[in-house]
Amino acid sequence: MTNRTVLVLLDPATEVRTSVLELLTIARGLGRVEAVALEAPTVEVLAQLGAYGVETVHQAEPARDGTPVVGDERHLPAVVGASLAAAVRLTDADVVLLPTSFAAKEAAALAAHALGAGLVIDAASLRDEDGRIVAGKRVFAGSWDTECAVTTDVAVVTVRANSAVAQPAEAAVEPVTEGFAVEVAPSAVTLLSREVKADTSGRPPLDQAAIVVAGGRGTEGDFGPVEELADALGAAVGASRDAAFEGWWDSYVGQTGVTVAPRVYIGAGISGAPHHRGGMQASQVIVAVNSDPEAPIFEICDFAVVGQLADVLPQAAAEIRKRKA
Amino acid sequence: MRIVVAAKYVPDIATERGFQDRRVVRDPGEGTLNELDENAIEAALRLVEAERESGRIGPDDGEVIVVTMAGPDGDVALRKAFQLGVDRGIRVSDDALAGSDYFGTAAVLAAAVRRIGEQAPVDLVVTGMAALDGLGSVVPTLLGAELGLPVLNLAKKVELGSGDDAERVLTITREIDGVTERLSGPLPAVLSVTDAANQPRFPGFKLIMAARTKEIEAWSLADLGLDPAVAGTAGARTETLSATPRPERAEPEIVTDKGEGGVALADFLIRNDLV
Repeated sequence: MTNRTVLVLLDPATEVRTSVLELLTIARGLGRVEAVALEAPTVEVLAQLGAYGVETVHQAEPARDGTPVVGDERHLPAVVGASLAAAVRLTDADVVLLPTSFAAKEAAALAAHALGAGLVIDAASLRDEDGRIVAGKRVFAGSWDTECAVTTDVAVVTVRANSAVAQPAEAAVEPVTEGFAVEVAPSAVTLLSREVKADTSGRPPLDQAAIVVAGGRGTEGDFGPVEELADALGAAVGASRDAAFEGWWDSYVGQTGVTVAPRVYIGAGISGAPHHRGGMQASQVIVAVNSDPEAPIFEICDFAVVGQLADVLPQAAAEIRKRKA
Repeated sequence: MRIVVAAKYVPDIATERGFQDRRVVRDPGEGTLNELDENAIEAALRLVEAERESGRIGPDDGEVIVVTMAGPDGDVALRKAFQLGVDRGIRVSDDALAGSDYFGTAAVLAAAVRRIGEQAPVDLVVTGMAALDGLGSVVPTLLGAELGLPVLNLAKKVELGSGDDAERVLTITREIDGVTERLSGPLPAVLSVTDAANQPRFPGFKLIMAARTKEIEAWSLADLGLDPAVAGTAGARTETLSATPRPERAEPEIVTDKGEGGVALADFLIRNDLV
């Protein structure tokens, strides 16, 4: 087991997200950990990777027909996928781990296709069984647990956030950055523009937060109470799909939006349609606030308040601030 | 404009879903067209309709063909697609397909698209953003890789350029993981659309009636000229070891707010050490 090499995707390489720290922790349990980046990691990032036991960062130098792929294009799934496949061939790695996101899933699929590797999407656990990688998944809106073994030599796996508690290695190492050439196949797809939404909220990202407070139709467009409770808890804010489509909030929790599995999920003014439940039912503790005592979300929660969220949420926030102080 | 929509027959998410012998239970009464494929069908229909309106093609030209990989129960999904107005429905069925993984599924769908393309050129393959049973979202990408076509994934907005047939360009806008991108690629291409791309239409009465008796074409692996070893359990690169239902949650504690609901909520979080 210890001679296995595990590659972890680090994209972007300008920060190490919590989800990547979780991946590094899981990876150390499977073998020797190395990272793959599409740009030079910063000094801070290298120090953090070292603390988590990463000995080598493989920095891809992608090129198409001899022309280097630069700028935003490096983050395109085709380029990331080709880089991961090339890194596996270079290092003879056995496992590639990526965080679960739409872009990463695309890159993972392309890498696995190029390598003839087995692919697992959205694993919640990973272990070794007789030399095979076995992935656990929580499916059907968190109602079933499945386990599958990868039967090919190489396994490409995307792992959902909050699947492990990030733990630094026992001894820090000093990572070395090594460049490697990647030939990217010609593509007819052109990137016209790419804009990364700047998050100025100061809140944790929705997909990685330990606590999530989400608002739905019941907010009637006023997310003030939702934000107030979230900030008292240091939580991320999300919405239901309906609320997001109304334009009340950007990112929504649901099986077509962000899938969350936090320690605590609080849904306010959300009835709990199957679509929404598919995106949050794997949460450890579920709390609901709804004025309708018949709301389906009450069937899957651990604690609920039947009442107006505009009254309940600010009061809860004030109480938490008071008792935390 | 000839468009193939790859669709899936899935267990209805409003029903109790589960596994038997490590396979997803697909009860005939509880299966349906994957809801997100309605967005794919809508996108395809609108593209063909826009072609007709612009006069690029005649009022009776253009075709939307739905292909699905399923057993005979999957006809339910194709009938639903007919109700929405698609022209042809093809079901690829073969005992050797059971247990297909992402790659097997993509290989079979790609073979079906190639076969349709032999009849007349295919301009575009459209899919939904995910199947609501597996939620992998990788089949469109793999389908593009198998067919060697450009892939434009997870479109929220779709625009088809008005250039010459030889160089028609599809441009999409997508918002994923906090990043907004505009991408373009020439036809033929693979496109996947999100549930924010459009509002699927409601079936009209005439189409509902016609859908009942419309012909469904059934193809086997042999019809596709595909080696059974690439699909089904034989071709799968993963093996399901177990599937276990999660224990039910304990009865919830429900408080009715009489002025102290917020304090009760805070108290629940604090006493369970969740803050």
